Amino acid sequence: MNDELKYLLARTVQGKHSRRAFLGRAGALGVTAAMANTMLATAVRAQGPKKGGTLRMGLQGGSTTDSMDPALATNQVALMVIRLWGEPLVELTDDGGIEGKVAESFESTPDAQVWTFKVRKGITFSNGQPVTATDVVESLDRHSGEDTKSGALGIMRGIKAMRTEGEDTVVVELDTPNADLPYLLADYHLIIQPGGGKDAPDAAIGTGPYVMKEIDMGVRFVAEKNPNYWGDLGNADVLELVVINDNTARVAALQSGQVDLIDRVPPRTAGLVARAPGVTVHQTSGPGHYVFIMHCNTAPFDNNDVRLALKYAINREELVEKILFGYGSVGNDTPINAAYPLFTEMEQRTYDPDKAKFHMQQSGYDGAILLRTSENSFPGAPDASALFQQSCAAAGINLEIKREPNDGYWSEVWNVQPFCTSYWGGRPTQDQMYTTAYLSTADWNDTKFNNEQFDQLLFAARAELDAGKRKQMYADMGTILHNEGGLICPMFNDFIDASSDRIAGWIDDTAGFALMNSYAPHRMWVV
Amino acid sequence: MSPVVKLLAQRIALGLLLLFLVSILIFVGTIILPGDVAQSILGQSATPEALANLRRDLGLNDPPVTRYFNWLFGVLQGDLGTALTSGQDIATQIGARLGNTLFLAFWAAVISVPLAIFLGLLAVRYRDRWPDKLISGVTLASISVPEFVIAYVLIFFVAVKLRWGVSVATINDSMSLGDKLYAIALPVAVLTLVVLAHMMRMTRAAILNVMQSAYIETAELKGLTMFTIIRRHAFPNSIAPIVNVVMLNLAYLVVGVVVIEVVFVYPGMGQYLVDHVSKRDVPVVQACGLIFAAVYIGLNLVADVVSILTNPRLRHPK
Repeated sequence: MNDELKYLLARTVQGKHSRRAFLGRAGALGVTAAMANTMLATAVRAQGPKKGGTLRMGLQGGSTTDSMDPALATNQVALMVIRLWGEPLVELTDDGGIEGKVAESFESTPDAQVWTFKVRKGITFSNGQPVTATDVVESLDRHSGEDTKSGALGIMRGIKAMRTEGEDTVVVELDTPNADLPYLLADYHLIIQPGGGKDAPDAAIGTGPYVMKEIDMGVRFVAEKNPNYWGDLGNADVLELVVINDNTARVAALQSGQVDLIDRVPPRTAGLVARAPGVTVHQTSGPGHYVFIMHCNTAPFDNNDVRLALKYAINREELVEKILFGYGSVGNDTPINAAYPLFTEMEQRTYDPDKAKFHMQQSGYDGAILLRTSENSFPGAPDASALFQQSCAAAGINLEIKREPNDGYWSEVWNVQPFCTSYWGGRPTQDQMYTTAYLSTADWNDTKFNNEQFDQLLFAARAELDAGKRKQMYADMGTILHNEGGLICPMFNDFIDASSDRIAGWIDDTAGFALMNSYAPHRMWVV
Repeated sequence: MSPVVKLLAQRIALGLLLLFLVSILIFVGTIILPGDVAQSILGQSATPEALANLRRDLGLNDPPVTRYFNWLFGVLQGDLGTALTSGQDIATQIGARLGNTLFLAFWAAVISVPLAIFLGLLAVRYRDRWPDKLISGVTLASISVPEFVIAYVLIFFVAVKLRWGVSVATINDSMSLGDKLYAIALPVAVLTLVVLAHMMRMTRAAILNVMQSAYIETAELKGLTMFTIIRRHAFPNSIAPIVNVVMLNLAYLVVGVVVIEVVFVYPGMGQYLVDHVSKRDVPVVQACGLIFAAVYIGLNLVADVVSILTNPRLRHPK
């Protein structure tokens, strides 16, 4: 790099030059705009996080009907707001491990049946009240019991008893051993609130790095730095969140500099957005996947040959390219990919019309197959269904498509009709994903999969503390599902977020949800 | 009782009856949609237990007729109820949203109505010459293009490329009037473009219609100037149809701007209603529907009354 450029770069990073001036000067020195942007981003990151300023984000998913009660959170905006003011006991780390938040440390008995959590010393809620073990037990208790409306009820079912030991220790006893309990307690619904939030579940008082200043459901939220926060999370003084549900409006808000950070850039336009000046698109692979699900207990899908025929009749590469526009990866008919700990790669199933034809003949079924789909089952689902129809036709399979309305899709079609399109956001561990949707007794067993050996392996793996053995068990389960399951998983979708060059500090490939597991606003900074 | 007062009383009574019928229609509509509130609140994450718990808490186990009349009696006492989904008081929530919607509609009307009428008069004055053709061409083009396309085009050029305006029109209480007006500049521009043509064309047609009359010819023969003829003779006689179309467009500015609100992220009634429809929040949908219907019926009532008052033949029926 020539000296003048270096000098300019240093001055810009120190804020003595405007960014625009730098880009202009760099251009005059023969550096392309993209290159100059990258140089600047690198230099800024090297400078380290800067405290202060206001970071504004535009996110999709909020609605005026949302509640501030973390138990009822269902969308990206609600999750982000929770992340501002509250904290769970423990949280995922960037590489998919677990670290303490409200809990300072945790351990289990060797059989993983009794877990002990130590509450972090000296931390307080944003109303000044100190956090005690009782608050923790009460908080978890609010999400248990059959009369709760909490989205985390399924997680809490495995807990037999909870009690406090002294001021700062919580003991959790499980029905059956579970080596993954900390992952379950990292669930975003399970926020520690004063008194468990039983009196005021939506008061937004927690131990988080920010405190809510303005709350306008489905419209706008403003949070300020919590001066008494125990950790060093949170760079900007003020975080402002605007709900922008329209894709084009969200991208335009970023491009016009009204917000610094957006989520869910549509894959179709992500390439164009990335070319805009001052905007960086971030692609993070995750556990989310788009699926075609068959009920294993309903004709003709009760015949495994029909299921296999359809699995061979789908062109996964084509779907990744045309539906995800390359922002994703091929699936292999299990809900698990490299985003999960203890993942084992299997031989990739590919499009093979001959094998599809063979299995269809084996099954003896020669009628048409009805696939139901809607645009909200996943973005581009009707198009993906049409592509599937084409690739089926090449294998002599007559796939009929029925377009269902978005409205009522989750109540009338999904988990009700025998063959439809859907999506899964994924879970932090294989155990949780399988327990949620593939265990024969699961509420959301949306493929009506019932395999005794699979269920036994799942319980055995849960109690197994030896990572090597667990990994093998999960690999076996994956194979069973791959060969016999009712799941056709053609693709895993990447999270596509974007930020402006007004902020810096993005970290690639973090575990968990989009936007750096929804910690991007806390961890990025205004340059 | 004078015939005018009687006529007014009749109109208002009819309006109230209409409102009542509308409330039944809306209620039935939300009942026959697939899925119920509990299902919609919980979405994909609905387990049978959670559903049963929520249904019980929300009182969804009562028969629909009971729920409807409970609600109706509440409204008659000025209580719109609480939202099923968030548990918030509907009247307070709607108050803020309705205020925003009226704010946007007001500024759009302040600009578009005088502009439309002025352009209409201009078009009549230069009938069949280039100003007339230019005005008609531009306004008809802008009404023919879907409003979201106009919105996106304006966002792209004005907000993203030129950076003269902002694409996110979210306003809040801490903003000054100037900030608010700056924020809503683009949506107001789009709304103006959308409603302009209708009012402009109607003004032009109504005045031209009157200009064919014999008394205009008389006025011309008296030697009055074109402008005086339009102002003194043609305009007062074409007020009725113009007011009608202006009211229809004002109603549209209040009840029909959902798309604009979504595109410009404006926190008005439309977005509020849509969110609650998708969650089957019947009390909120009812309340919004009722307010929209009231606005519509009210503005039409005004139009009726104005046309009666400006037309002696209607004012003194035989």
